[in-house]
Amino acid sequence: MRLPATRLALVPRGSPSLLWTWASPLLALGLTVACGMLLFGLLGKSPWQAVSMFFVEPLASKRGVAEVLLKATPLALCAVGLSLAFRANVWNIGAEGQLIAGSIAAAAVALAGAGSGGWLVVAAIVAAAAGGMAWASVTAWLRDRFNANEILVSLMLVYVAQLLLSYVVHGPMKDPAGFGFPQSPMFDRAARLPLLLDGTRLHVGSLLALAAAAAAWLVLARSVIGFQLRVAGLAPRAARYAGFSSRRVLWTTLLVSGALAGIAGGAEVAGPMGQLTPSVSPGYGFAAIIVAFVGRLHPVGAVAASILMALFYIGGELSQSRLGMPSSLTGVYQGLLLLFLLGADTLIVNRLRLRAAAA
Amino acid sequence: METVATLAAASIAAGTPMLLAAIGILVHERTGVVNLGVEGMMLMSAIVAFAVTHDSGSHALGFAAGMLAGALLAAVFAFFALVLHANQYATGLAIALLGTGASAFIGLPYSGQGLPARGADGIAVLRDLPLAGPVLFGHHPLVYVALLLVLAVAWMLFRTRAGLVLRAVGESPESAHAVGIPVRGVRLAALLFGGACAGLAGAYLATVYTPLWAENMTAGRGWIALALVVFATWRPLRVLVGAYLFGGVTMLQLYLQGIGVQAPSQLMSMAPYLATIVVLALISRNPRWIRLNMPASLGKPFNPNA
Amino acid sequence: MSAVPRLALRGITRRYPGVVANDGVSLEVGAGEIHAILGENGAGKSTLVKIIAGAVAPDAGTIEFDGRPVASADPAAARAIGVAMVYQHFSLFDSLTVAENIALGLDRRLARGELAAAIRAAGERYGMRIDPQAHVHDLSMGERQRVEIVRALLAQPRLLILDEPTSVLTPQAAEALFATLRQLASEGVSVLFISHKLDEIRRLASRCTVMRSGRVVAVVDPRSESEQSLARLMIGGQPPQIAAHDTAPGRARLLVDGLRLSEGGEALSFEVRSGEIVGIAGISGNGQNALMALLAGERASPAASIRLDGQPVGALGPRRRRALGLRYVPEERIGHGAVPELSLVDNALLTVDRLQQRGFVRAAAAAAYAGEVVHRFDVRCAGTHARAGSLSGGNLQKYLVGREVLAEPSVLLVNQPTWGVDVGAAAAIRNSLVALRTRGCAVLVVSEEIDELFELADRLMVMAGGRLSPAVAAHGLPVDELGRWMAGRWPTAQQ
Repeated sequence: MRLPATRLALVPRGSPSLLWTWASPLLALGLTVACGMLLFGLLGKSPWQAVSMFFVEPLASKRGVAEVLLKATPLALCAVGLSLAFRANVWNIGAEGQLIAGSIAAAAVALAGAGSGGWLVVAAIVAAAAGGMAWASVTAWLRDRFNANEILVSLMLVYVAQLLLSYVVHGPMKDPAGFGFPQSPMFDRAARLPLLLDGTRLHVGSLLALAAAAAAWLVLARSVIGFQLRVAGLAPRAARYAGFSSRRVLWTTLLVSGALAGIAGGAEVAGPMGQLTPSVSPGYGFAAIIVAFVGRLHPVGAVAASILMALFYIGGELSQSRLGMPSSLTGVYQGLLLLFLLGADTLIVNRLRLRAAAA
Repeated sequence: METVATLAAASIAAGTPMLLAAIGILVHERTGVVNLGVEGMMLMSAIVAFAVTHDSGSHALGFAAGMLAGALLAAVFAFFALVLHANQYATGLAIALLGTGASAFIGLPYSGQGLPARGADGIAVLRDLPLAGPVLFGHHPLVYVALLLVLAVAWMLFRTRAGLVLRAVGESPESAHAVGIPVRGVRLAALLFGGACAGLAGAYLATVYTPLWAENMTAGRGWIALALVVFATWRPLRVLVGAYLFGGVTMLQLYLQGIGVQAPSQLMSMAPYLATIVVLALISRNPRWIRLNMPASLGKPFNPNA
Repeated sequence: MSAVPRLALRGITRRYPGVVANDGVSLEVGAGEIHAILGENGAGKSTLVKIIAGAVAPDAGTIEFDGRPVASADPAAARAIGVAMVYQHFSLFDSLTVAENIALGLDRRLARGELAAAIRAAGERYGMRIDPQAHVHDLSMGERQRVEIVRALLAQPRLLILDEPTSVLTPQAAEALFATLRQLASEGVSVLFISHKLDEIRRLASRCTVMRSGRVVAVVDPRSESEQSLARLMIGGQPPQIAAHDTAPGRARLLVDGLRLSEGGEALSFEVRSGEIVGIAGISGNGQNALMALLAGERASPAASIRLDGQPVGALGPRRRRALGLRYVPEERIGHGAVPELSLVDNALLTVDRLQQRGFVRAAAAAAYAGEVVHRFDVRCAGTHARAGSLSGGNLQKYLVGREVLAEPSVLLVNQPTWGVDVGAAAAIRNSLVALRTRGCAVLVVSEEIDELFELADRLMVMAGGRLSPAVAAHGLPVDELGRWMAGRWPTAQQ
């Protein structure tokens, strides 16, 4: 008697598995950590140091936890907005550009209002939101009016924003007393975000991020526009049947995600940096895309995932300063996390089975 | 007149990496798959080609290594998108991010390094002809390879059964599957071809065009190549025109900066990106026209077991 | 002893998540026999023929072809032994020519000239004429079916399988198809076809396997059965009766005047009065969906081309039209009428606008509404928070019809009310449409099923090629006259 040949097959489930919807990011994280340990080993360090550098060291002190939360803030702000956009099938890949635009706008207001004191920081943050919205509105208009693919347009605008930032810090906003370095003058105290915790750099921006997440949650779960946004992403024909305006969904999601990304940029320059420099963002806008996915496109998930991603950043910095590991590894881990997540997500809608193969 | 000739020659050389990447993208998009990871694939193959050329001294080996790197990343994409049925757009983004990060990591020991010298480019004697010489005969072999590749793809797509099968899969993978065409196999082959092309493009950039390695040196060329395929409405000969035009835009703004046109260099450097946006908007304006020319199943998931 | 059967299935079983599509099915088809598989929607017919054609693998059971066992689920292997399949939804490539389409489906390579000649020869021989150089997107549904059939015939099959072949044909075209099939059978080719049209099965098939809920319930000679006995076997009981109707229509609620489906198309005009059901007959793809999209507000039209109770609504969107009393049940449940990933409660929010208030969702009211629909329309589901995609076709359709009916429309548009729905649910849906009419609603029903329209409609129109015939009393039209109308040949004003 011959045993039938078998092979592993992915068999569709009847309905999506709730368990795997939340277990998949954990599986992806596990796989990424395993890869991290492997890489550490290959580079001559102890694999366990990988775990400690990324997950233990950063949280070892009050200051450490504050740094993690500080790093998580721009990620969370961007990711909350992106969660809304991606749910509506509006692929805003250019959050990085909107963040930079927001930082330029905030710097412009902070510098223009130097010496005026008072609530300058509020004006700067509002300007940041406006800057991000304006940058995103270009993408929205081109998609609305010309049907231009928003992925490519928003991405092209990232390069434009980076060049604009470079121009601005080398030229109009350059600090005359800065020894020729490409950076703006330091902002006044009045233009800086108030600190939350003594002895740390944690600032009010983190509260803004939490507020944004809470508001987004409310909108998604309870509001009409939130429902319309979800339907637009799940079944555009049903949205048309219901009479939902796809134009309204497009503009709302792009403007909101642009504004949040802009605030993230403004909070960076009015927060820990205190000035405008060419390195406003080490790719937060792109990392936020990963954060949004890991957070299951849910505002609360986005907050949790942003803390995870912050650990990746800080762990990378610690590995560099303490072990001499290159910090560019962080980018590798981020990419791996997203890739493993996409792979693990297949288990939400499919089951792994041993199937009788063709004889 | 001479400047025009020089500009034209430079445009062709500048457009070649985008041409290579775009023709590869065209082939796999014709089967209905969108791989946004091109930028990351180009960067990975750039650093791999640079490293291999630097360490082995052989340019040919470098090109081979670059192609392999590109094809490998394409295979990773294929596994996630075709076998695991992951969302194609997100998977491509993941590959782009991974490629960008990994290339920066691998490239650390190579920044600031130089490469062994090459012989002069082009066909001897002919390249010294006035005007036509540099434009037509003065290029690196890969420029001519790229041109031939485009012509070969055009012939293959519309004149052979393989091309018929490719276009059928892109239009309706369900019907293709019903008719017995191995949809996954066809898409995998197309993706590997696309990856090898992106690999060639990256290798050319890092070992010929500007023989050095710098992080993110592709500067968005991969994304522009994706847009190019849309402009060209998925037709190979139009990709040729578009790529050289873009090379031209890049060269023109460098030239203008060079002759002292009074504008900040950063603003001038925005030209290719802004041009991409403008052309994309103009092309997409008529949604019916796009729909008519676009492979109907582009980006949509296909699971015959569902 | 009887000859070895061309095809013998024994104990075929196939399961999908949540349902056993085929449960121990056995089937035999002789050489040169025309064999029908009869069953209502969801009986498992399509799954069975996909298994025969090698597109799907059975979980258990054996297949024998000309007495030899068939090993595996492989469409290429099935074709190699002589099985050819024509699906209900064609596997054609719109942008390619007829010859290119056929070339892709053939396993042997033919030179272009040879292929074109072979296509023409098969067309001549079997009455299936098509132009090899035509592009498929220019062809009508009947012509497309011919491409599929010629493609199947060029592979010289020994068993030809057709899935609901007459669903896209006018009665006259169906007759032509039957002639082709009889000719094939006389040449020794076995024909296996799926149908739920009892009269066709009785005219064409010499044997019929009746399936219900995944099992074979009977194998009969349809020529010696009556339509009633076949129907009884198919549903396992008496077919439900439709309540009789006896109301006189009131004033016009929906007035269509000079509406064009596309630029340069013909101007359509008709009206639907309160207390009447107007039916639009015709094969799908003749403009019905475009017409419904315009009437429902998914597409805009000149303001006065559509009037609701006298008010011009052509420029209004679906929401404003719903506020004026117009509601719509589209043809496609999944992805159009309902979002499969969302719950039944959430799906109520799609069209029931009073469940919103000042930009927020009234969660309790929505849950109550959904519960009411489920209760009144007998929707079988795992509660109102069940995903719409988890409901069977019939139950989801009952929910969608109920969602609109409970909102008390003055005009209801319904596109294919019982497509893909089991007989019990279909009767319930038809009854609710009739009840609506009794309450004074104006109902417009688009349907491919002529029988359904005869049952429901007071007046009938036929849609063909984007044009609309004059309206006639539903029972004033004999079937073959209707068939001519469906081909577009109705008397115009001059005649």
